[in-house]
Amino acid sequence: MRTPDCLRVIALVTSLAASATVLAEGPGLGKPADAALIKMLDLTVLPDGRDLPAGRGSAAEGKRVYEAKCLACHGINGQGQPMDRLTGGVGSLATPTPVKTVNSYWPYATSLFDYIRRAMPLTTPQTLRADEVYSLVAYILSIDGVVKADAVLDAKSLPAVKMPNRDGFLNWWENPRR
Amino acid sequence: MTRRIPEATLPEFAAANGLIHRRELLVGGLMASVSPVLGAQQPPSLPSWTLAPGRPMSGYGMPSEWRKNVQRGFTLPPGRPGTGASRTPLHLLEGTITPNGLHFERHHNGVPDIDPAQHQLLVHGLVDRPLTFTLDDLLRYPLQSHIRFIECAGNSGGGAAPAPTQADAGTLHGLVSCAQWTGVPLSVLLQEAGIKPAASWVIAEGADAAALSRSIPLSKCLDDAMIALYQNGEAVRPEQGFPMRLLLPGFQGNTNIKWLRRLRLTDKPANTKDETSKYSELMPDGRARQFMLEMGPKSVILKPSYGMNMQGRGFYEISGIAWSGAGRIRRVEISADGGRTWAEALIEGPVLPKALTRFRLAWRWDGSPLRLLSRATDEAGGTQPPRSEWIKQYAPGQGYHYNAIQAWDVDAAGKVTNAYT
Repeated sequence: MRTPDCLRVIALVTSLAASATVLAEGPGLGKPADAALIKMLDLTVLPDGRDLPAGRGSAAEGKRVYEAKCLACHGINGQGQPMDRLTGGVGSLATPTPVKTVNSYWPYATSLFDYIRRAMPLTTPQTLRADEVYSLVAYILSIDGVVKADAVLDAKSLPAVKMPNRDGFLNWWENPRR
Repeated sequence: MTRRIPEATLPEFAAANGLIHRRELLVGGLMASVSPVLGAQQPPSLPSWTLAPGRPMSGYGMPSEWRKNVQRGFTLPPGRPGTGASRTPLHLLEGTITPNGLHFERHHNGVPDIDPAQHQLLVHGLVDRPLTFTLDDLLRYPLQSHIRFIECAGNSGGGAAPAPTQADAGTLHGLVSCAQWTGVPLSVLLQEAGIKPAASWVIAEGADAAALSRSIPLSKCLDDAMIALYQNGEAVRPEQGFPMRLLLPGFQGNTNIKWLRRLRLTDKPANTKDETSKYSELMPDGRARQFMLEMGPKSVILKPSYGMNMQGRGFYEISGIAWSGAGRIRRVEISADGGRTWAEALIEGPVLPKALTRFRLAWRWDGSPLRLLSRATDEAGGTQPPRSEWIKQYAPGQGYHYNAIQAWDVDAAGKVTNAYT
């Protein structure tokens, strides 16, 4: 007697699902990760700032850190050369000569904290203290008036900063062809 | 190395300026060349390598001394610390698999020398059980092998410049390579850790001095993502992420995090520097596309290409590579008259999804100047736009995800140059 096609399909799907389950089960060798390891490795700062560390820094302190550790690559007042330009260009993105800088282009101040802490300075990454990173963010943002010249940033005030291009990005993965 | 074909035996042409129907490749003899006439001045003699023993075996073989010129190309001098890229010399290679030593490189702060015994992968965030895995752990999981390309989002970005750059195909388009990658499906590790319902993104991070970090949609991690441990059968090379890298087939190269040390599941993307400041696409209205992750359909003719000039009129094979982040290449068309008429090229199988695919077509060049184009179409129906259409989508100078139709001009002397359509 012939098996009806629909039953065969059901049997096939069931066997595929069973084999997929088997494949998905590895030997289970992952070891529990302790909190100290996670704390050491987790450098990510999400836009809501929930991951920011304790500490604080002012734009004035940031200017001193910048001139000692950043100026050689990013130029006076973040004007760039030999490496990326950090400041200026605010309002230029829709013009025939867009200038993409931290202050003109980046949507979140948290991204700047995240990046400086993980990757800067290029020759000695992950050596800056949290206070120094806060102060550098404050200084760079203050150059274009994104924060006031006497601004002090910390885990609460930094994520509250509204970057000039905050609404300039379209999430193409979630909604392409807008 | 050309031969005259009597009028009566002319092949079937599929498009203008000598493009021969791909069916004709199956006919023996069409491409046969006349043996060169050897110099008659001296009697023939056996070469020295036939008359004496060769050199002994070696622990790790290298290419022929006669092919020392096949090297990755640099935009900046090699040896510079910090950031940079080297490019696969596509025009000097054949087939579809990139030799490991020629896979393109893109580093954001040098190549780390990681001791695998001191490296571990952390999976944490919105999971039931934060876990760590060593290389030895991962080697005990069931492994899978897949042939997949990786392409830097900035590949061919020079095409956004106002005038075409005159450089060989590797320099222009060599930020793409293809290998057989073997490793552990990422979904297996994520399921072992237990995915919390709120998770929708995975933040991946490298152990290099840039701690390069990108946010990846969880759906991609549960689809065809892999922790790659082997590259073309040997351990992943240091330049490619030894001891382990993230492989996200079809996604822009930068997201395929090398030297992978950490995966954090979150409810939203991190908006890292490399997904805001870089690898985002500014449009004319001042807004930017973000997380445009899939690489579009693309093709480039490698034979002939810039620097490989024609050796007189006659029969040639046009050949090149095509690929798409959306899946398999369905069709590659070639034009020898600047896009007025097109001939379908022969696709060399097996045609694999998200892998370089070789195309070929016989061609009789009659010595007249012309423009060669190739146009790939993938199984999702995506096709390459003309440059004029591609460029309209973006702000001036924006070069990420450049996949416009690529053109080579052949002049009457047989010189091949880069051209814009």
